[in-house]
Amino acid sequence: MSMPVLFFYLYAGVAIAAAVMVVVARNPVHSALFLILVFVNAAGMFVLMGAEFLAMILIVVYVGAVAVLFLFVIMMLDVDYSQLREGFLEYLPFGLLIGFIFLAELLLLAGGWMISPTVTKTVTAPIPAGVSNTEALGLVLYTRYIHYFQVSGMILLVAMVGAIVLTLRHKKKVKRQDISAQNARSKETAMAMRHVKPGQGLSDNDAAEWVR
Amino acid sequence: MAEFFATNLWPLLVVLGQSVLLLVILLIAIAYILLADRKIWAAVQIRRGPNVVGPWGLLQSFADLLKFVLKEPTVPDGANKGLFLLAPLVTCVLALAAWAVIPVNAGWVIADINVGVLYILAVSSLSVYGIIMAGWSSNSKYPFLAALRSAAQMVSYEVSIGFVVICVLLCVGSLNLTAIVEAQDGKWGMLGWYWLPLFPMFVVFYVSALAETNRPPFDLVEAESELVAGFMVEYSSTPYLLFMLGEYVAIVTMCAMGTILFLGGWLPPVPYAPFTWVPGIVWFSLKLLFMFFLFAMAKAIVPRYRYDQLMRLGWKVFLPLSLAMVVIVAAVLQFAGLAPK
Repeated sequence: MSMPVLFFYLYAGVAIAAAVMVVVARNPVHSALFLILVFVNAAGMFVLMGAEFLAMILIVVYVGAVAVLFLFVIMMLDVDYSQLREGFLEYLPFGLLIGFIFLAELLLLAGGWMISPTVTKTVTAPIPAGVSNTEALGLVLYTRYIHYFQVSGMILLVAMVGAIVLTLRHKKKVKRQDISAQNARSKETAMAMRHVKPGQGLSDNDAAEWVR
Repeated sequence: MAEFFATNLWPLLVVLGQSVLLLVILLIAIAYILLADRKIWAAVQIRRGPNVVGPWGLLQSFADLLKFVLKEPTVPDGANKGLFLLAPLVTCVLALAAWAVIPVNAGWVIADINVGVLYILAVSSLSVYGIIMAGWSSNSKYPFLAALRSAAQMVSYEVSIGFVVICVLLCVGSLNLTAIVEAQDGKWGMLGWYWLPLFPMFVVFYVSALAETNRPPFDLVEAESELVAGFMVEYSSTPYLLFMLGEYVAIVTMCAMGTILFLGGWLPPVPYAPFTWVPGIVWFSLKLLFMFFLFAMAKAIVPRYRYDQLMRLGWKVFLPLSLAMVVIVAAVLQFAGLAPK
């Protein structure tokens, strides 16, 4: 028994308990918060394995950004909790099927270890000798597989541009702010002195250009 | 058992002792930084500021502490009790947790980890949960709206802080905070620190740090004229105290981060005789206080932004600017042969 082992059981135990709570919790917001707890514990286990960069990126990206948006959507929904429970039996078979597939995969993995214990040795360690985890990841991503990395980047860029093209609508009637035009206004263009004769007032044509 | 104690428990106890020492010093420092904030604010408005409790009001923060602790905490009827009380704890604990990796002098750090900068970014991105949880669990309109605003604000400005940090990392070649400070050491003294070569990034960092910590002029989270007191409306006594404490700890953390990334951490401004005799912790504290003075002056003299202006500044000005700077810095380092090995 050493400290890393104790911490592993702590992280693993909390992660499993929180994962159960994600499914069991009645309130969707609680479910999302338990999901975040699972993420944080997974990050803790990454640190124990020496994959420190991955752990921090997991927290910054998934917990700090993705899960926040997730939580936003759930909190904004006007959820009727009793209605939410109604579909439970309907979806149960699908849930069981997915759970069964995961279980089978885990068993296959464990079976692989049993049959050939040396197979874990061939898996690349998170910290190769002599370099830090961050450097090792950089060497793999940006040196060895640079072309695959660039291609995946291009695919994501195309996906992003596609999403914007599909959803962007330029509405003519919406009033928009033009910051540079606002900042460029001066006293001469924004103000005008008029002598208003009694009982006549001003017509629209007398107004300054920017009002019309 | 004796061996287990020697190899595992003893280091744990040492770390525990160091953490308690750091936290006590930090919290006492924050009591006076809070007072300094109010005094600076008062001086700009030609007032006296707090001057009743103790000589020159020096004990004001401790009187406030007692006042908060002795009041009765109220929990609204419709609130989600567990989350409502968890939210201030999350805010405060996460803010304090960031100090585990901050080096205040050469070797004076609790955890000298390889990815120190990322750890601070991770912890500060987690702190948005305290606000979201508080806003939602209060079960009230104003806190909820404020929480949505604040989460959007913090997520937006984290992006530009991330790019600023990348610029500095490109020059250093390491994510370790101690290595970042040591990379700024040279015969030029304060002219060699990164605030000068990366000056635009220093400005972007300073403004983003104001927005990230919800300081004026970006304190739209608790814009009292529109949202009463933001996500803290329903909080009173100790839970409110924890929010306020967490906020100030986060501000001091951002000041420390600015000190380390741009102002050379514990390095003396002139690397020659009389200056090198002064201990590094003194230089670190002076630089941190200088950063905090900038924060306090911004609060005193700049009017509050409108929300759309805030979003425009974050996404349309800072994001393209910092992205361009990453490309420029990387290109200069590569083609001038300055890139760290």
